[in-house]
Amino acid sequence: MCEEMTEVRQEGKDTIILATKEDHATPSSAELVEEDPDDPYEERGLILPSGEINWTCPCLGGMAGGPCGTEFKEAFSCFHFSKEEVKGSECLDPFRAMQECMRRYPDLNSRDDDKVPEERASKEEQGSEETPPAGSKSSDTSLES
Amino acid sequence: MLKCRTVWKKLAPLGRASSTLCRQNVRRTGLNHGRIPAHLPAVHMATGPAGGSRENQLYVLLVGAACLGGGIYVYQTLKGDQKRYDERFAVLHQATREEIYSSIQTEAPETIETEAVPNPEPEVAPVSQEPSPSADAEAAAPSEADEPLPAAEPDSALKLPSHAPYLLIGGGTASFAAARSIRARDPGARVLIVTDEQDLPYMRPPLSKELWFSDDPAVTDTLRFKQWNGKERSIYFQPPSFYITPEELSSAENGGVAVFTGKKVVHMDVRGNKVKLDDDTEISYDKCLIATGGVPRNLQVLERAGEEVLKKTTLFRKIDDFRSLDKVSRNVKSVAVIGGGFLGSELACALGRRSQDSGLEVIQMFPEKGNMGKVLPEYLSNWTTEKVKKEGVKVVSEALVKSVTCKDEQLEIQLKDGRLVKTNHIVAAVGLEPNVDLAKSAGLEVDSDFGGYRVNAELQARSNIWVAGDAACFYDIRLGRRRVEHHDHAVVSGRLAGENMTGASKPYWHQSMFWSDLGPDVGYEAIGIVDSSLPTVGVFAKATAKDTPKAATEQSGTGIRSESETEDVASSLVASTTPTLTSTQKDDYGKGVIFYLRDKVVVGIILWNVFNRMPIARKIIKDGEEHGDLNEVAKLFNIHED
Repeated sequence: MCEEMTEVRQEGKDTIILATKEDHATPSSAELVEEDPDDPYEERGLILPSGEINWTCPCLGGMAGGPCGTEFKEAFSCFHFSKEEVKGSECLDPFRAMQECMRRYPDLNSRDDDKVPEERASKEEQGSEETPPAGSKSSDTSLES
Repeated sequence: MLKCRTVWKKLAPLGRASSTLCRQNVRRTGLNHGRIPAHLPAVHMATGPAGGSRENQLYVLLVGAACLGGGIYVYQTLKGDQKRYDERFAVLHQATREEIYSSIQTEAPETIETEAVPNPEPEVAPVSQEPSPSADAEAAAPSEADEPLPAAEPDSALKLPSHAPYLLIGGGTASFAAARSIRARDPGARVLIVTDEQDLPYMRPPLSKELWFSDDPAVTDTLRFKQWNGKERSIYFQPPSFYITPEELSSAENGGVAVFTGKKVVHMDVRGNKVKLDDDTEISYDKCLIATGGVPRNLQVLERAGEEVLKKTTLFRKIDDFRSLDKVSRNVKSVAVIGGGFLGSELACALGRRSQDSGLEVIQMFPEKGNMGKVLPEYLSNWTTEKVKKEGVKVVSEALVKSVTCKDEQLEIQLKDGRLVKTNHIVAAVGLEPNVDLAKSAGLEVDSDFGGYRVNAELQARSNIWVAGDAACFYDIRLGRRRVEHHDHAVVSGRLAGENMTGASKPYWHQSMFWSDLGPDVGYEAIGIVDSSLPTVGVFAKATAKDTPKAATEQSGTGIRSESETEDVASSLVASTTPTLTSTQKDDYGKGVIFYLRDKVVVGIILWNVFNRMPIARKIIKDGEEHGDLNEVAKLFNIHED
């Protein structure tokens, strides 16, 4: 088999292309439709175009809907809209309330110890455009934008 | 009225002062033309109240009286309406039980109304505008400041709910995703899930994948598996403490999600917005989701084969099926999987892996020429079949089962071409029958092409009824009407239904994906319509040792890829060392991307042993463009790189 050139085979209705690395290194001529940032149908990331928080974002791990959802929303909203120099420094009370609530649900909490709101808040700072390449299933339905 | 007068009085001196100033200014600037206007507005204002005060008073009195009269009239009309509504309701339902029920109904919504008040308006407004009797009660009830309510409260707090604002029928993935999105969008929402299973909502993919690879002997009890980050998790979406009990549903301060297990909804009254359970209790709802999934299909030959054969047959779908098959696989010498699709192939590979330790014989038979014959183009299906065989599975292709008999604890499967297969146990993985039991009583449309309830692009069947998951035959704006039986679709559609139940009106747009791993060498992710009868264009690169699911997981940190999107935070890349797995260097189809075309437009894509490129695939399908050269499109995927 010739290794330098891309091969094309036909097996009935199916076409098989064996592409070389060199071939695919050249830029693609395929054209993609330009994305509309205001498309109302699109799945949103953590922050909606209006600036509001998208509580159904899978990236929140369902925290907004759980038993401590109300407390979580208050704490997270406070943090997100905080304009202090140390962001969220005025949000200690809602955070405390949330922690207290989460203490009442230890088995939910221990599972979620890698989903601490501060961590997620910092992720949000990076922008909702991030689509972590790994974990394709979580990235697909979580931060597609 | 007196107040008005004092105000006028206070203003009058001001008016006089300013009018004097004005006149003086006019004189100074010499604008007057010989005659100063008799009525400057300010002057008029100063003299107004003094002169016509009595007329004013009368006028205000008349207006006030009219308003009061109007207010009384409106109040009485509403009250009368409420009464008429109550009477009509009672007439419509003759049974005493229903009369009691209706009187509870007019009271219960009021509690929810008051608690829902702090909600964002857009969410609440659509609910109260729905054309349903319970909504009328809600609108009318607040206008009456009635006492009966507090009296009813203490009793209903401990009873099972007779009303659920959000009723979700079915307790699977779609239902849970909907519950989650409802709770996220409608704070304090009260969601009731009714399921005929005994288990709380759980995810299915690990039942045919990860759970079989677990080293833990107690896995059938714990139902825990290892994730990408090495951490273990349960297949249950949430532990029991996440939920509130059905009895607490009406009274819980911030609402919650309650799961009613072991209850089957047998009848649906769309006009009355209520359902009936198998124990004759009735529950009314404001919004309802049908997420009843389906039941595994069985082969007719098996059903006719008799009791002995049926005892040795597993139809695989639920936790109990996993448990029983696990047990069986440890106690028999041979097991045969009938079916060559996703589930059949995954189970065959999982059992085949086990066979290497235990000496279990694993057979897989199906009518197609190769594994995934209805999904993969023939050359790829053949390639996959070879891989499945390497997992220790005895593949019997082009097999049509003619009859099955039981002889001395052995099952004899007679094939139509004369071959005979002997085994101890059968697993039938021949498809899913969507559960549309409620269609008749509810008067809902069932799709004749795809099965399932017919819904629109927003997953709605009727005004207050949505359907999601395996049971939904929906209109996909891009790909046309379809029904999808995959985990991610259940998550996406469940979430969408929940959003629409709380006031959004979004169509199905974000394309769901699916995946399958058949052993460590074959893993793929797919999106859209992936039907082997369509013309395909497959673009492949030479596979290296790095391109296998196992290697990809180690490198990218994805781990075994059964994850619930409703659960997890986006994972991050983990740098890794060289993977240890090798694969045949000469393979033509080690990794690549396969495009499925319909009228020259790409409607489906399989990412074959390439990972983390799903967003590009999704974009191409969303565009729906005709691409002249698909090799150029394939370049976008960088299949040669990791």
